[in-house]
Amino acid sequence: MINPSLQPKVNPMFRLQWEQVQECYVLLYPEGMVKLNGSAGEIMQLIDGNNKVVDIINTLNHKFPDAGDLTEDIYEFLSAAGEKKWLYYEQ
Amino acid sequence: MNNETQTNVGPPLWLLAELTYDCPLHCPYCSNPTDLGDTKDELNTQQWLDVFTQARAMGAVQLGFSGGEPLLRKDLEQMVKHSRELGFYTNLITSGIGLTEKRIAKLKVAGLDHIQISFQGADPEMNDIIAGRGNAFEQKFKMAQSVKEQGYPMVLNFVISKQNISQVEDIMRLSCLLKADYVELATAQYYGWAFANRDHLLPSQKQMVDAEKIVNEFRDKQHGKGPKFFFITPDYFEDRPKACMNGWGSTFLTIAPDGSALPCHSAKMLPLEFPNVKNKSISHIWQQDFAFNRFRGDSWMPEPCQSCDEKEKDFGGCRCQAFMMTGNMDATDPVCSKSPDHQLVQEAIELAKNPKQPLFERVNQRNFKGEDIVRIKL
Repeated sequence: MINPSLQPKVNPMFRLQWEQVQECYVLLYPEGMVKLNGSAGEIMQLIDGNNKVVDIINTLNHKFPDAGDLTEDIYEFLSAAGEKKWLYYEQ
Repeated sequence: MNNETQTNVGPPLWLLAELTYDCPLHCPYCSNPTDLGDTKDELNTQQWLDVFTQARAMGAVQLGFSGGEPLLRKDLEQMVKHSRELGFYTNLITSGIGLTEKRIAKLKVAGLDHIQISFQGADPEMNDIIAGRGNAFEQKFKMAQSVKEQGYPMVLNFVISKQNISQVEDIMRLSCLLKADYVELATAQYYGWAFANRDHLLPSQKQMVDAEKIVNEFRDKQHGKGPKFFFITPDYFEDRPKACMNGWGSTFLTIAPDGSALPCHSAKMLPLEFPNVKNKSISHIWQQDFAFNRFRGDSWMPEPCQSCDEKEKDFGGCRCQAFMMTGNMDATDPVCSKSPDHQLVQEAIELAKNPKQPLFERVNQRNFKGEDIVRIKL
């Protein structure tokens, strides 16, 4: 289960990158690409191996004060991204 | 309409750089053209670097170094370094022949992201007879181990044909042993040399059904662990054609060894004049060239495609397949059960049950002529 003190890391099979022409973040992997939507891109770019889940939540709540509490959305994304193996957590 | 500027076309996200058609292997399923051209016409280092710079500026993001055997180019490391610095995700698509531990390390330093190694079978006997080269399996096996030890993501590609389809389970075990991340169990696509050898390669429907069952049973026992397997069936057994290249000139740009720019690696066979990067910019080629615009949109489509409610899904299928089978590149892909030429596919499946032509081994010879072909028996 995801909890606030976990430190997610990007699976080394994937590379996160901003693509100017497509105006979005993408995840690159062998012969493939996932285009991330705006909120997925905001979360993924904060996953640097140092930020804890709680840091990501605080940063984004602070960055988007008009969006309401984003905690649930972030948990939902992290859970989906974990299932897709974009992320992993060191035990 | 077709020769007007297409400013609304998206970027060529996928760039395939066929660095040379030369290859140390002789696989009869090769999809390279049977006319391999002359190595003296190959693009030089600077011309390739310029292609990568231009394509990246247009938004290309995936770059495949392919061939032939791309390792035959001594400037490969330089090309990897340049393209990685531009922000490409760099893929090396290789037979593994010509790799060494040292070169794998040098490519890593240059910034190579991923290595794909092809295998021809699950054991040395099968692998080396299809590859037409002794000790090929042993070399591939060792290099695949080294690729993983050096921390690369690794894809293994097994081209499946009548010859090796009974090895599917052993192939899957081998892939687990080698710790592959992704594995393509891909039945041969019948272009180039593979089209000439189709009767020898195309499995029967029963073989396909049996193999698919084995693949599914194996996957069920994986419980989410080990390689991800992709089983790619020949479209000959389908009712609808494949959405070839995600639509002509929509996503893929291939640059052939001589600098020809193509919407797919087989398109050179079509009766169209393709542009060359030696004298045209990539953006001009992609956005304005007649050949690239020729099959964009749906105004070129004949019936039954034109009034078909699935035309947005498969774009009328593969232009090369339509041309090879019917002689008309504008025809509906004969794989489609609605095609007036669909019986050609049925006939091909029948012919493959009892091949009459000899098997052609792929050779590096220039100006390929039928009578010069080396014949081998599998």
